[in-house]
Amino acid sequence: MANQNAHLSFAELERIAEKILKLSAAEETEVDVSASTDALTRFANNTIHQNVAEHSLGISVRAVVNGRTARASTNKTDEESLRRVVASAVTLARNQPENPDLLPLLGKQKYQKVSRFFSATAETSPQDRAKAVTRVCKLADKHKQTAAGIFASGSASSVMANSKGLRARYENTHSEFSVTILEENSSGWAKSNSPDIRKLDTEELAERAAAAAAGSRAPREIPAGRYTTILSPSAVLDLVGFLFYDFAGTAVHDKRSCLTGRLGKKLFGDNITIWDDAYHPLQSGAPYDGEGVPRQKVLLVERGVPKNLVYSRATAKKMKAKPTGHGFLLPNEYGEAPMNLVFSGGDKSTDEMIRTTERGILVTRLWYIREVDPYEKILTGMTRDGTFLIENGRVTGGVRNFRFNQSVIEMLSNVDMLGPAVRAAGEESFEMVVPPMKVRDFHFSEVTKF
Amino acid sequence: MMQDLANAAIETAKRRGASYADVRVMDVRHRDISTKNGQVGTLAEAESLGIGIRVIAGGAWGFSSTDRLTSEGVQACAAEAVAIAKASALAKRENVSLAPEPTHVDTWQNPFLKDPFRIPVEQQIDLLLAADKEMRRVKGVTVAEGSMSFRRIEQLFASSAGSSIHQIKMQSGAGIVATSFEGTEIQKRSYPNSFGGQHMLRGYELIEEMDLVGNAGRIAEQCVALHSAAQCPEGQQSIILDSSQLGLQIHESVGHPIELDRVLGMEANFAGMSFLTTEKLRKLKYGSDIVNVVADARLEHGPGLGTFAYDDEGVPAQCTPIITNGLFTGYLSSRETASSIGEKRSGGTMRCESWNRLPMIRMTNISINPGTWKYEDLIADTDDAILMETNRSWSIDDKRYHFQFSTEIGWEIKGGKRGRMIKNPSYSGITTEFWNSCDAICSRNYWTLWGTPNCGKGQPQQVMGTGHGASPARFRNIKVGVAFAK
Repeated sequence: MANQNAHLSFAELERIAEKILKLSAAEETEVDVSASTDALTRFANNTIHQNVAEHSLGISVRAVVNGRTARASTNKTDEESLRRVVASAVTLARNQPENPDLLPLLGKQKYQKVSRFFSATAETSPQDRAKAVTRVCKLADKHKQTAAGIFASGSASSVMANSKGLRARYENTHSEFSVTILEENSSGWAKSNSPDIRKLDTEELAERAAAAAAGSRAPREIPAGRYTTILSPSAVLDLVGFLFYDFAGTAVHDKRSCLTGRLGKKLFGDNITIWDDAYHPLQSGAPYDGEGVPRQKVLLVERGVPKNLVYSRATAKKMKAKPTGHGFLLPNEYGEAPMNLVFSGGDKSTDEMIRTTERGILVTRLWYIREVDPYEKILTGMTRDGTFLIENGRVTGGVRNFRFNQSVIEMLSNVDMLGPAVRAAGEESFEMVVPPMKVRDFHFSEVTKF
Repeated sequence: MMQDLANAAIETAKRRGASYADVRVMDVRHRDISTKNGQVGTLAEAESLGIGIRVIAGGAWGFSSTDRLTSEGVQACAAEAVAIAKASALAKRENVSLAPEPTHVDTWQNPFLKDPFRIPVEQQIDLLLAADKEMRRVKGVTVAEGSMSFRRIEQLFASSAGSSIHQIKMQSGAGIVATSFEGTEIQKRSYPNSFGGQHMLRGYELIEEMDLVGNAGRIAEQCVALHSAAQCPEGQQSIILDSSQLGLQIHESVGHPIELDRVLGMEANFAGMSFLTTEKLRKLKYGSDIVNVVADARLEHGPGLGTFAYDDEGVPAQCTPIITNGLFTGYLSSRETASSIGEKRSGGTMRCESWNRLPMIRMTNISINPGTWKYEDLIADTDDAILMETNRSWSIDDKRYHFQFSTEIGWEIKGGKRGRMIKNPSYSGITTEFWNSCDAICSRNYWTLWGTPNCGKGQPQQVMGTGHGASPARFRNIKVGVAFAK
């Protein structure tokens, strides 16, 4: 299917950006223009029940007037709308108190090249997705199971320009396949995503989910308590994802990070090292931040010791540090955050983790995770879609789903084994590169009815 | 202009082979303001205009959307919707069937007194900064925050059956939060509610009625005092929930499980399913005899975030009894799901976040009817309980059985009197056991229609506002304190 906005080349996006800059009478002006096409095929009960596509354009203008700044956005490209969006940004900027932390716009920058656009993904058609989904539904039929899930693909391109001469451009594609396989009293799940759709093996993912559903039939109820727990990369992602904002300079400055007073001190186990690295081969995202600062690779945690934070320009000035290229679009009150976390992994396979466990729990997927205590980083949530009991080194069947109340800090101090880090996809966090983990004394506090 | 775009889309879809088409042209305007520690944080306005076209072709669904509102852009979008439907038909098991609905031609706008977009932005910022200043007067407050958000949504629904419905919705909301770090503890207090405050289908008059400045000092003092308050005990005991926390309890443990698309497995991969399987309708004892819950999208229920005249597939707003004297009596439905369980008509709950999203079953205003108790009498009647106020965290399993909530603050109730402050209050339970333990609900005088502006559902995910009317209520023999248990 033709991409309706594919005709909006970088040159055309840049033409809109240049026009905005010309129209603006503000002292300084920054403009972001983006175009995207997204499509998603959704299936349930072994049939496609929703199938959607979206083509959209976004024009976002930030004006700076007398030490004040504000943003206005539109998706209309006619002359009058472009004039209006500029005027809105200027009017909003004028009508507020001066911002003492506001810095002049950046000038021209140099960016490291990243390659995250794949034609095979951009050119995926509804028929391609429907055919793959049909194969998965037939597989479920064959196993007398029920399949539900999504198969999504899309592309986006964006440019950033400002009146100080900064020019940046980025394009990417994305694809995702997620599948839940249901039986009468059990279920299994698998999910993967990639900029390159050819890397998604939809049938392998469906087989994996089907095996989890079959393996967890007639789940037993076992008591809540502290168990040795093997977490899939998706489950690890959804837990450690709650840490990302704690590494923002602003969060520490505001004393609402769990790292307040803990930087440079041993917090996690020796086997925990975390980077933020937008250039990692398994990562995605633009090589610049919301102000156009080039993203840097930052060592956040080294052998269990939080070492560094990330900073926007304004936060860096306030905290006497250097900007790291992690700022959000201005104006905002949150500052910055690392968006490309990469954990160093280990070399243990999940089979080995199971083999060395006398009694424990194997978790496929976590769900509805919320923060209970922001400083001790206690999170609550549920297991879902394939929770297994391990006895004497082997998986002996499914168990009813647990609620957990677990400190992530404690969890990362109790990691006995790590597998290789992979690009994981979950539900509560953006994608990161994380390993599967075997964790001591994971705290399951209650059991549900299924 | 909206009607011309809609007509062009429908004509193209029909010409390409659609047996049914409906269209939403939406023009959405936002204003968002936030402040933190005496400075403006976010200050932004946005507008978005586009068209979403949903069709049935070959017996299956297709949807496409675009903001390229030229004749070619709209026709290409309609043609793509039909092509997508034909691709969907590759995996079809049966033809889509819709419950019948008469055609409607109408216009509607929610009433409001003051257009928030006509209030000068500096006046709105001044109000937030005044509340901010009051919070920071209290020693120990480390972060003071305030926010306001306004939405004007103009939309036209048109269908190949002949409906044409023009609606304008004006939505306003605001809230303030004080945060305090001390020792190894971060505490916070919010007003009038957490996670963005209170939001309704009203104008700027809502913000003025909140008295943000007048309440700022009180919540800031409570926030700091929480550090030296007693920890919530662990065990089984009575709890009293304030109306905002009860509103979220309704949202999670009644509103989501009654969504018929979840029940029928359509959300199994993401949002999950529901314990409320269809054989339980009109048979399950959901709650105690005093529990009555409705799904009411009509304006007479109040100007909630789930209030409208017609839903996004052209069905008029309705009031559906969900729990009647404790008995489970109704689902939230669409034309397709109503048809699939043999109901004669949709309950009118299909809504979409914007022009680029497919309508799906969403909560309207899911509210518990007021009871008979005066609040003072309820406290006086309670020997031993914890009163819990203002949500802090919420979590529930994917079939909506087991939940755990914590609130920002609690108060010990002993011998019919409110006593010392409790920090880190939490409670957990199983949905039906919880609602069957309800033995007192306060009267209409204590009932508030809360707005939850951030309900996520669907793939691609859509964020929707929902309404929840509730008054304080008491529940017996509830597990408390488990969130912080070692």
